[in-house]
Amino acid sequence: MREITYTVALREALDEEMGRDPTVFQIGEDIGRFGGVWLIQKGQYERFGEMRLRGTPVSESGFVGLAVGAAIAGLRPVVEIMYIDFITTAMDQVINQAAKLGLMSGGAVKVPLVIRGEQGSGSREAAQHSQSLEAWFVHAPGFKVVIPSTPYDAKGLLKSAIRDDEPVMFLEHRFLYGTKGEVPQDEYLVPIGKGIVRREGSDITVVSTSWFLQRVLAAATELAAEGIEAEVVDPRTLMPLDLDLIAASVRKTGRLLVVQEATVVASMGAEIVRQVVEHAFDAIDAPPRVLGGAHVPMPYSPPLEDVCLTQKDDIAAAIRQMVRYKRKRAARRVSHRARGRSS
Amino acid sequence: MNTAADGLHMLDLMYRIRFFEQRAKELYREGLVYGALHLYLGEEAVAVGVCTALRKDDYLTSTHRGHGHCIAKGGDLGRMMAELFGRETGYSRGRGGSMHLFAPEIGLLGGNGIVGAGIPIATGAAYAVKYRGGDQVVVCFFGDGAANQGTFHESANMAALWKLPLIFLCENNHYAATTRVSEALCVPDVAMRAAGYGMPGEAVDGNDVMAVHEAALRAVARARTGDGPSLIECKTFRYEGHCMVLHDHRFRPPGEEESWRYRDPIDCFEKRLLDAGQATPEQLEDMKQKAHDALAAAEAFARESPFPDPAAFQAEHPRGNWQCVR
Repeated sequence: MREITYTVALREALDEEMGRDPTVFQIGEDIGRFGGVWLIQKGQYERFGEMRLRGTPVSESGFVGLAVGAAIAGLRPVVEIMYIDFITTAMDQVINQAAKLGLMSGGAVKVPLVIRGEQGSGSREAAQHSQSLEAWFVHAPGFKVVIPSTPYDAKGLLKSAIRDDEPVMFLEHRFLYGTKGEVPQDEYLVPIGKGIVRREGSDITVVSTSWFLQRVLAAATELAAEGIEAEVVDPRTLMPLDLDLIAASVRKTGRLLVVQEATVVASMGAEIVRQVVEHAFDAIDAPPRVLGGAHVPMPYSPPLEDVCLTQKDDIAAAIRQMVRYKRKRAARRVSHRARGRSS
Repeated sequence: MNTAADGLHMLDLMYRIRFFEQRAKELYREGLVYGALHLYLGEEAVAVGVCTALRKDDYLTSTHRGHGHCIAKGGDLGRMMAELFGRETGYSRGRGGSMHLFAPEIGLLGGNGIVGAGIPIATGAAYAVKYRGGDQVVVCFFGDGAANQGTFHESANMAALWKLPLIFLCENNHYAATTRVSEALCVPDVAMRAAGYGMPGEAVDGNDVMAVHEAALRAVARARTGDGPSLIECKTFRYEGHCMVLHDHRFRPPGEEESWRYRDPIDCFEKRLLDAGQATPEQLEDMKQKAHDALAAAEAFARESPFPDPAAFQAEHPRGNWQCVR
């Protein structure tokens, strides 16, 4: 099968959906003639014209709100937020408007809106260009949240997102744009809400998404040489979450580790652990863990940024420790009961 | 206004808004209307002067103080009252309440609980009109408080830049919650800000329904023919507090409200129609009675309407994580 980059996969999804549906248009900074700072819209201005490739002033609140209004009025906007960090200036339109108007109107209006943005750290851009904000959008009811890690998923999920009648937050990663993967020529969709097992294993379930999935897979490959087989699950969508897939894997392995780029406190990893504990408690043989970014605004200097992020070796070490873990509390409980009987 | 009939229609709408608001206030005190309730009393000429310059398929975005906009655009009093009562038959099926009346069938794209948030949404509706090559116009109602939100400035720039068919309609009722406009606005008129965005701006007497209507007609003509947006500032006054739970006039200057009541938009327009021989006192009494009757029917409809069914609501929202609620 042919291989294309994540960027080209996104471009193809946008090309196909704009070609298929005349109500689909894109809006965002520098996406007009220039083709977007991430070059995803390269060539599209020439094909679709300025009304459908609307480059904007630096006015996130204004153009996200414009997209909400256009969606209510019958179009299907795809907004690009250059860095997800910049969405903070538009949060009223994201949280109070896009996410809520469908419900608040009793269904009188719908908001078929996609907001795309790249997030993540590691590019030495300091704290205002290094965040992973997925938990914010998962937490606020009203958005679906999609976070593709491969070119195949990027294309198939973006097409599904554009066709969805609810607002979708579509989170990309700048380090994934250049990565290549197999993408069929023929049209396909990846359904929102379905995860995938990236690597099968029997010793531990590791859940991860986006760029950090690559670190997890690299660690898993290393550990296989030591005889530890990690099962790696990529949920691909965070809202709604494919809990069935994750829980089924934990029932098989008895152990759950979530690895993410985002900070851990009140994060998606914390949420996944809560859900697995509530739904598959009896299957858990070791304390679940979440590895993720340090709870500090991301520093600029390379050694400082690196110390804030989970590295491949950290993942491998955590997996080794978790796989070695033997439950002691159950044994204590039994002996306590035995003492009670003898007295 | 071309005919006496047009004038009477406008007055009728103003009566309906006033009586609706007066009754809503009573019903709030009876506990049948919930939340905060922001009343439009005293500002009736703005909504009516503007909306009578529009076609049914023209769009508008409303505010937290939006009952007048909905009535003036042709909204159904029964569905409005039912929404205030939180009933399934309301415009937003009891999901939105007083601040969130949605009626796309008459072009109403919703009230909004966030000051200034409707402005970019209206800009987007105007973008959609231009995108489709239509000739509808969009009116964006906002207050003097919203004129200081970034969304106003971002939207004004984009609408002017792309010549969108949009009318920025500022209802300057002189107070943002409790803050006087003179304490919050760095220029005497919001209308002056139009110059910064290369669009026409005019300040009009918002208590004079004809002055509002004529300004709206000019802006509508401009928008409909592709000449882009306009800003109209209607100077008016709200008699009530910001809302039923923030109703404190201690800091208003003495005599201010009286001076505005002296220029009450309904009293002034009645006098004008009577003086011009376009209406008789009997006609006006008859119109008022019919408005009261319509309102009574609306209230009866709301009272008889069922509340939304919680189980149906849960079923509508399968991602509601209901198993964590109880």
